Amino acid sequence: MDWLALSPQEWDAVRLSLLVSFWATIASLPFGIAVAWLLARVSFPGKALVNGLVHLPLVLPPVVTGYVLLLLFGRRGPIGAFLEETFGIVIAFRWTGAALACAVMGFPLMVRAIRLAIEAVDPRLEAAAGTLGAGRVATFLVVTLPLILPGIIAGMILCFAKAMGEFGATITFVSNIPGQTQTLPSAIYTFTQVPGGEAGALRLTLVSVAIAFGALLVSELLARRAQARVGIA
Amino acid sequence: MSEDHAPTLEIALGHTLGAFALDVAFASDAGVTALFGPSGSGKTTVVNAIAGLVRPQAGLVRIGGETLTDTKAGVVVPPHRRRIGVVFQDARLFPHLSVRANLLFGRWFAPRSAPRPALEPVVELLGIGHLLRRRPGGLSGGERQRVAIGRALLSSPRLLVMDEPLASLDDARKQEILPYLERLRDEARVPIVYVSHSRAEVTRLAGTVVLMREGRIVGRGTPGEMLARDATRGTAPARSAERARRLGRWAAPSQALKTTRPASERS
Repeated sequence: MDWLALSPQEWDAVRLSLLVSFWATIASLPFGIAVAWLLARVSFPGKALVNGLVHLPLVLPPVVTGYVLLLLFGRRGPIGAFLEETFGIVIAFRWTGAALACAVMGFPLMVRAIRLAIEAVDPRLEAAAGTLGAGRVATFLVVTLPLILPGIIAGMILCFAKAMGEFGATITFVSNIPGQTQTLPSAIYTFTQVPGGEAGALRLTLVSVAIAFGALLVSELLARRAQARVGIA
Repeated sequence: MSEDHAPTLEIALGHTLGAFALDVAFASDAGVTALFGPSGSGKTTVVNAIAGLVRPQAGLVRIGGETLTDTKAGVVVPPHRRRIGVVFQDARLFPHLSVRANLLFGRWFAPRSAPRPALEPVVELLGIGHLLRRRPGGLSGGERQRVAIGRALLSSPRLLVMDEPLASLDDARKQEILPYLERLRDEARVPIVYVSHSRAEVTRLAGTVVLMREGRIVGRGTPGEMLARDATRGTAPARSAERARRLGRWAAPSQALKTTRPASERS
């Protein structure tokens, strides 16, 4: 069974992938909720454009998304240069860049799940909360948010899963540096490119399957709990 | 009461929605004022305008002398600052909260200065003590509506507006709730605007009846007078404004309305 033991480099890839996916999910959550709410409840000029922009990474080749990120957030890109000059933050070729790429790729999935949940909330309940003295923010926090919790959990799991599997945009934007930006998929890809790498590729594949399965189980459990609380189940 | 005592509720609304034109003005005071008329006569729009859920195209809503809506002055106080309890036809309980949390919902947001009605008397008044730990999902229609009434009462409203609270219930459930509504009228000190198209409910509960037809008020008086007048008019719902115009006699009571005095002047 020795062949099942992960090498330090493989452990790095697993750890990095979890770190990147975790932060990609957590950091995009507030934006995901805000955008989902805007798309579900507010009509404003340019809504179709915002909607298209959010969903673009879903239909573009991931390599294209990665390259656009490189153009924008690279050290010479407009946003990248600004971030470096003003805050000293560099994200190109760092794990934070991998997290950004994964967040952008997972964002449409997250927004979609949360938006559907918001659309399912009866606005008349929110109106009732208003007559009981709750302002708009309070109503959102006390009525809307608890009611869309199952959708938020589903959106987070989808985003996390997408981030765990993200390859094209990540490798284009932040490359494939072991210990820095080499996530699980990049590591598996690297193993398949070198002679004798089959064992490593297989080990990491098993880890991938295990993590994906675990995420599914956890999401199922959380969603059931949330639905029981909301009183749907 | 002094002569210049402001009526509990003064309202004047002009609102056009497609072919439907709403043009009403009335005042009400303590006790139960029923807004009575067939469906489609604009009662719910009046409720929504009182509660602040609809911004009327033109209108004035005042409670105890305080202006809540005045479109001419550009004043529209948002619903959560009005302190008007609303009981909707479809209860609208929060499904994720227990009955108890639903009841106390308004208390979390009531201003500090507002009186805080105690939970127990309201629970006792409505007979919902055994439901407190349940979730709304498992309640019957009648139970839900009683909880909704309690929830509105506990938000310490200045006025309670009930929009067809029994309309979605079967007869047995109606009979189950009516006694609670009578107790509410007799024991709670909140003035009530009770919207209904049911003669039975209005006869049983109301002190004053405001008669509505086709978006207009066609009379105001005691339940006896108003229901008799309504009966002479026939029960067939006539919805088109055109038909209303042809039946010219309808215009007369609506003109008379403008001279109707608020009930407060009688006291």
